[in-house]
Amino acid sequence: MTAIDVAAFTGHWEVALPGVIVAATAMLVMAVDMIVRDPDADALPVLGIAGLAVAAAAAVWLWGESPIGDGFASTLRGDRYALFFTVLLCAGSALTILMSVDFLREHPLPRGEYFALVLLATTGMIFLAAANDLIVLFLALEIMSVAVYVLTGMLRAEPRSIEAALKYFLLGAFATGFLLYGIAFFYAAAGSTRLGVIAGAVAHDGARPFMILGLALVLVGFGFKVALAPFHVWTPDVYEGAPTAVTAFMAVGVKAAAFAAFARVVLAALGGIAVRWSGLLWILAVLTMSVGNLVAVSQRSVKRMLAYSSIAHAGYALIGLVVATPAGGAALVFYLAVYTFMTLGAFGVLLALGRRDEPGEGLADWAGVGFRHPVLGLSMVVFMLSLAGIPPTAGFAGKFYLFSAAVDAGYVGLAIIGVLNSLVSVYYYFGVLVQMYMVEGTRSLVPPGARPCLLATIVVAVLVTLLVGILPAGPMELAREAFASLH
Amino acid sequence: MQLPLLTLIVFSPLAGAIILAMLPREPTVGLRRAAFVFSLVPLAFAGWMLERFQPGEADFQFVERARWIPQWGIEYRLGVDGVSLFLVLLTALLVPIVVLASWGDITRRVKEFLAFLLVLETGMLGAFLATDLFLFYVFWELMLVPMYFLIGVWGGARRVYAAVKFVLFTLVGSLLMLIAILYCAWRVQAESGSFAFGYDRFLAVPFTAREQLYLFTAFALAFAIKVPLFPLHTWLPDAHVEAPTGGSVILAGVLLKMGTYGFLRFAMPLFPTAAETLAPVVVALAVVGIVYGALVATVQPDLKKLVAYSSVSHLGFVMLGLFVFTETSAAGSVYQMLNHGLSTGALFLLVGMIYERRHTRLIADFGGLWSVIPVYASFFLVAMLASVGLPGLNGFIGEFLILLGAFGPRPWATAVATSGVVLAALYLLWMYQRVVFGPLTHLENAGLRDLSAREIAVLVPVLALCFVMGLYPAPFFRRMEPSINKMLARLRAPAVVAATPSAEAALHP
Repeated sequence: MTAIDVAAFTGHWEVALPGVIVAATAMLVMAVDMIVRDPDADALPVLGIAGLAVAAAAAVWLWGESPIGDGFASTLRGDRYALFFTVLLCAGSALTILMSVDFLREHPLPRGEYFALVLLATTGMIFLAAANDLIVLFLALEIMSVAVYVLTGMLRAEPRSIEAALKYFLLGAFATGFLLYGIAFFYAAAGSTRLGVIAGAVAHDGARPFMILGLALVLVGFGFKVALAPFHVWTPDVYEGAPTAVTAFMAVGVKAAAFAAFARVVLAALGGIAVRWSGLLWILAVLTMSVGNLVAVSQRSVKRMLAYSSIAHAGYALIGLVVATPAGGAALVFYLAVYTFMTLGAFGVLLALGRRDEPGEGLADWAGVGFRHPVLGLSMVVFMLSLAGIPPTAGFAGKFYLFSAAVDAGYVGLAIIGVLNSLVSVYYYFGVLVQMYMVEGTRSLVPPGARPCLLATIVVAVLVTLLVGILPAGPMELAREAFASLH
Repeated sequence: MQLPLLTLIVFSPLAGAIILAMLPREPTVGLRRAAFVFSLVPLAFAGWMLERFQPGEADFQFVERARWIPQWGIEYRLGVDGVSLFLVLLTALLVPIVVLASWGDITRRVKEFLAFLLVLETGMLGAFLATDLFLFYVFWELMLVPMYFLIGVWGGARRVYAAVKFVLFTLVGSLLMLIAILYCAWRVQAESGSFAFGYDRFLAVPFTAREQLYLFTAFALAFAIKVPLFPLHTWLPDAHVEAPTGGSVILAGVLLKMGTYGFLRFAMPLFPTAAETLAPVVVALAVVGIVYGALVATVQPDLKKLVAYSSVSHLGFVMLGLFVFTETSAAGSVYQMLNHGLSTGALFLLVGMIYERRHTRLIADFGGLWSVIPVYASFFLVAMLASVGLPGLNGFIGEFLILLGAFGPRPWATAVATSGVVLAALYLLWMYQRVVFGPLTHLENAGLRDLSAREIAVLVPVLALCFVMGLYPAPFFRRMEPSINKMLARLRAPAVVAATPSAEAALHP
């Protein structure tokens, strides 16, 4: 290429609109932070959430306009799949910001940088979900990852936070290397990094060795990002060390965005050689569910337990990708949405149990909380039931969707392994309820009312979890439309 | 627009629970009164339903349908027939009684207890009335959570162990049932082109014998754990012993019936070939349960454990009656479900009342109570005899019909099961003798209070119904039989069946 390809910047520029809005908000937050030096100013979170709301509104508008063509020389797609994830990621980030407000008030962290990094990471996530080219995908992944590495190490006075950041950064860089190497093989096999061109090459040549090598390496890279076993080993330490709100952000935002890109690459580019990867993903799904759930059982720290549970949930979600039918893909999309809210909520309650001097992450710290703080208690009941997949919660609807898609496609064995895993998970999710309601405790808490933003986050998550659980038809239809636009 | 009577029955307790949750924690008397009133609402609606129920009609009545999740063809569908009618009434009757009974033994976290109880009622009523399998599953699981809390928070010393065991046992079965339900829905789609979870749609699918075997096993596992069928009963003694009195009454009175109801409503008519193939196994387990439960009950030193094991034995009769596929014994089984709910419920209430006074349930700690608390002893006598199956009381009719209907097709099993009746007389009468008769051996018992007016009010409706059902069963059978027979029409009894008379004919020759 000799000159800048001007045509690349024409076409449907609006596909980048939500991401650009979030990026601009991040800049604005940094600028405002420099002007307003009041450490308690609410301007920053309000600005951040408003920016995310505008971005989500833009995505909703584009949804109505769709189908819209690709933008930027087909490197970004504005399909409903990308837009669905855009709205979901904006919601997840907005809740993360809301959840962090009270935390930042109690801890001496740089607020401007914190919110700006969350927004920048969200920008990366949004582009990750929209990327139609492996180089853009890589860039988006790095924008997201670098911001999250920094967020992980934000509690600079705490050794475990720093350790987590370093661990995450080193292993993450390593995994990115795998991904990049895989991209190189794809380029060697297909002569392009566009997903569509790769799909064409796959259709034309079948599974050539470079293609298989590329597939294997990309799988490792994504496996690390979404924490599939056996690439999950970093997860518990990093999740435990990071500030809880950042952990929540990682568990939902990073995972959902990486899953979105993962599914797009696997289905849109490599759908032609599904026989080569579906068996492998089957094994990864079973392994991820089982390792996550079995190790979670023995955790004494609720934060670590939630980390392992998030691994297990990646395994459930992967069932949708193994099945890869329209129902399976829609179930995957729906599950990631449901998972976002219930997990954010659970981390929210965990955060509400913390005090400045001690985080209150041990299982024993939860003793008797249920009766002394009914709102927190009942919220946690809803989240635990939802994570365990018990009706009438969103988690049940999500699992039901996944398992029904699996049974429908003939994967009855996978569905049975899935429900048996749910059974194991009941043991440790209910273990939290045992502590909260059946053990007496005296540990004093900050009254939830003193942290209004955190309480609001939890209440929103509870309402979404219950509403989607009781009336899942609408969100399911959106997920179906989103996945249908992938092809 | 027609009044959605069944929806009102199912969701009025939930509404009550929500209102209750918003009331102030003190005074507890106010909370108890409010909960009592809330629990009377579904009973009133259920009474109205009974009044308008058309006897002689086999199909579902008061049917309500609404679209719920159209993508999967899931509907909000409720309906009541002769099988579920009285189980709904039993549930609606037992909950106010439990609210009243909890006055004595639940003194902390009263508000939460009553709220969970009302949520549980919604789950139970919904499970009996749902005619869409997805909806049924939702209610089925909805029962689990409040019961878990009732045992785990207000239970005895090993309550957490018992609660977790209860949940895990129940979930093992129900999750596999979920997969089976999904498979059935997929078969509906293969047959008709669209997903559906309606009961009638499942009935219309021609499952192959092999499919039926797997599906029946998955459903049966869920229900057999709930019944509980030997050897899946091990959660029951733990749950019963640790649960507070109210929890035990609901558990024995209603939740166990969920299992037998599930067999009759779903597992048997949906997969008749498999039910016929596996009937010898189920009958054998039922008979083993009858004898085993009775023998273990005999040697229990603890009153509550004794009643718990007697449940294993009694539910064995119900299972035997269902799996010989004769109209007589099936009617007897449904009747026995109600009987067991009443008589065992009464026994648990009575054990709870004495426990409140003495804080022990060991039989050895009592003796000679007749002279101290005669009213208690008389009520106990009636409940005990109802459980034994004395003619004139309800238990006799159920067991008699079951054995009568079962003898033709399975004479040997029936012969062994009959020994369970004898054993029941043995362990119950012996228990009663040690507790009530004889000299007053423990001085602590000399000062016991007799039943209060509230406690009498708790017991009278239950025991009065034992008499009514024992003396005049015809109105019950008139409403139950068409639906039971319709379900049985899908099944073929092994050999010699034709000769067995209908339940009504057997009782009124």
